[in-house]
Amino acid sequence: MADLLQLENVSKAYTRGLINTHATIALRNISLTLKEDEPTILTVAGESGSGKTTLAMLLLGFILPTTGRIIYRGRNISTLYGEDKLAYRREVQAVFQDPFAVFNPFYTVDHLLTVPIKHFKLAKSRADARNKMEEALTAVGLRPEDILGRFPHQLSGGQRQRINVARALLLKPRLLIADEPVSMVDASLRATILETLRNLQRDHGVSIIYITHDLTTAYHIAKSIIVLYRGGVMEAGDVDAVIKDPRHPYTQLLVDSIPWPNLDQRWGAQPIKAREASGGSGEGCRFRSRCPMAMDQCASEPPLYEISRRHTASCFLYDQQPEVVKERLSEMLPA
Amino acid sequence: MNVTLMQSAMESSTPMHALRAATADPVLRVRNLEVTYYTDSGRAKALDNVSFTLNSGEKLGMVGESGSGKSTMALAMMRMIKPPGRIEGGQVIVGDTDLMSLDQEGMRKARLSKIAYIPQGAMNSLNPVMRIGAQMVDAVKSHLPGEPKAAIEARCRRALQSVDLDASVFRMYAHELSGGMKQRVCIAIGILLDPHVIIADEPTSALDVVTQRQVMETIDNVQKQINAAVILIGHDMGLMAQFVDKVAVMYAGRLVEMSTVREMFTDPKHPYARALISSLPSLENKGVFQGIPGLAPSLLRLPSGCAFHPRCSSAMAMCGTTRPEPRILPGGRSVTCHLYDGEASHG
Repeated sequence: MADLLQLENVSKAYTRGLINTHATIALRNISLTLKEDEPTILTVAGESGSGKTTLAMLLLGFILPTTGRIIYRGRNISTLYGEDKLAYRREVQAVFQDPFAVFNPFYTVDHLLTVPIKHFKLAKSRADARNKMEEALTAVGLRPEDILGRFPHQLSGGQRQRINVARALLLKPRLLIADEPVSMVDASLRATILETLRNLQRDHGVSIIYITHDLTTAYHIAKSIIVLYRGGVMEAGDVDAVIKDPRHPYTQLLVDSIPWPNLDQRWGAQPIKAREASGGSGEGCRFRSRCPMAMDQCASEPPLYEISRRHTASCFLYDQQPEVVKERLSEMLPA
Repeated sequence: MNVTLMQSAMESSTPMHALRAATADPVLRVRNLEVTYYTDSGRAKALDNVSFTLNSGEKLGMVGESGSGKSTMALAMMRMIKPPGRIEGGQVIVGDTDLMSLDQEGMRKARLSKIAYIPQGAMNSLNPVMRIGAQMVDAVKSHLPGEPKAAIEARCRRALQSVDLDASVFRMYAHELSGGMKQRVCIAIGILLDPHVIIADEPTSALDVVTQRQVMETIDNVQKQINAAVILIGHDMGLMAQFVDKVAVMYAGRLVEMSTVREMFTDPKHPYARALISSLPSLENKGVFQGIPGLAPSLLRLPSGCAFHPRCSSAMAMCGTTRPEPRILPGGRSVTCHLYDGEASHG
């Protein structure tokens, strides 16, 4: 079985300073595999500064990993060039957070769709291009006649975000990186965009990496989840298991802070320790300074422990459970 | 229309709290507030005859799609609507002062001391080249010119303390703080002069869930300390369920329903409110995405009759022709919908 995408011990450090170099480790030792023939939706969740967006940038090839390799269909993406690079660029698409910032206000929204068609030579003629655009827009639930020829400011945030999804769809990608695609649209439109994404996975066989801090939408759309904190995997597994029965104190805090629209499901009483502004280079569990359960043991870095077949947590509270080697993280995620 | 929900005890509040709310006079009365934007392509009525009242210590959530008039509402109450927008009429009465009748100077004094506004994206509203303390002192000085320096500083430090910020923040710059801390600084500035009403416009929209909870809990604590009325503007119904006592639903510039939070979540009356509630994700309905069909109408071309009728599942013939007026149902909730024409109580 071929792998679509493979992360091998990928770390990313941002360094600053020339003489007294100071490194911030945004992502540490992440190993992950996505299978080619099992399109899935994987959520990467975490608060700001957890390394979510760094992961997206790495996957899109915008930045290179400091250590480790990213293998896309058998090829290291940092050595791709020419046609292979172009194919990779086409097959791995992105939808970003801000549906307002990606449009050039001087062009009609058609521009966003015609440029990739030209660049990747997807259409034989103008009419063919038009057909492809209409097809993609219809697939995301938009009426092409309402959209084509209009300027971005004439469309709502939800419409614009769906055009972004349509653009990604147009290129027939194999992998879609959705970085907070719904955090800036209205709650009522959120449902529509999430449904569009799910249909993309189900009907078009596209794997989706859904990056978010919103566990509510993650729960509804994804099959599996990885919870990041300061660049490390805290907990991972089946989305039902992780959200309904979180084991890592950090995931517990996250789940406890979800504002569920349910009057009988209140925010937890557990007080929140503020995150200190700096840090991140220290040894041991990243979460220990905020963790209510912190022990002496936490000064060294906890490995992943197997909670159940599809659930793993990186916390010494579970040290009687069998250890999971980091490279095997993907096996804990259901497809 | 005068919605007074005194008789309905607030589930989330302590008995003492409820008692205080029940005996208090409404601290905020908004009557027939109207705002119009005069644009090149026509007049857009952004706020259409909105009225409601709020007691001190009460928390009101104001929800609606973008363009429904939530932020216009906040700006109108602060009298901060800029041209081409204009406040066409109505009253905003805080305590016994009608803000609309004040002159410019009177209004400047009323802002922050009577009614405070925590704007959307408040973290970007701090001055990057001024220390946090200097910005706070500035705000106090312009309202209390005669106040001695030591008293002003003490007041600022007290405000920082009440939002759980370390006193050292006073000497810091905005870039030294995290998003949640900046937001709490803005709350601290908002409560410097113990206002009667605090309007928070999507105070947590850019923050992650943990920080969001922390900020909302801060607002909650501060509000209890100074017993102010809080209006929370947003579109996250989950946040509303966790935080507010009453919910007001806006649609196309009108207040279509106002109920206690429990009534809103268990028995929403207006079809739009119903659609809003049923589109909410929960742990039970995994994988069910139920959006509201159709798009929000443009304020320049509002549908005739009830603005929601083209998207409404229970629309009747009269909805396309006759505009519904706000009605008060038995129990004190207010609904603007023809479905309840027969049920309205008179009073």
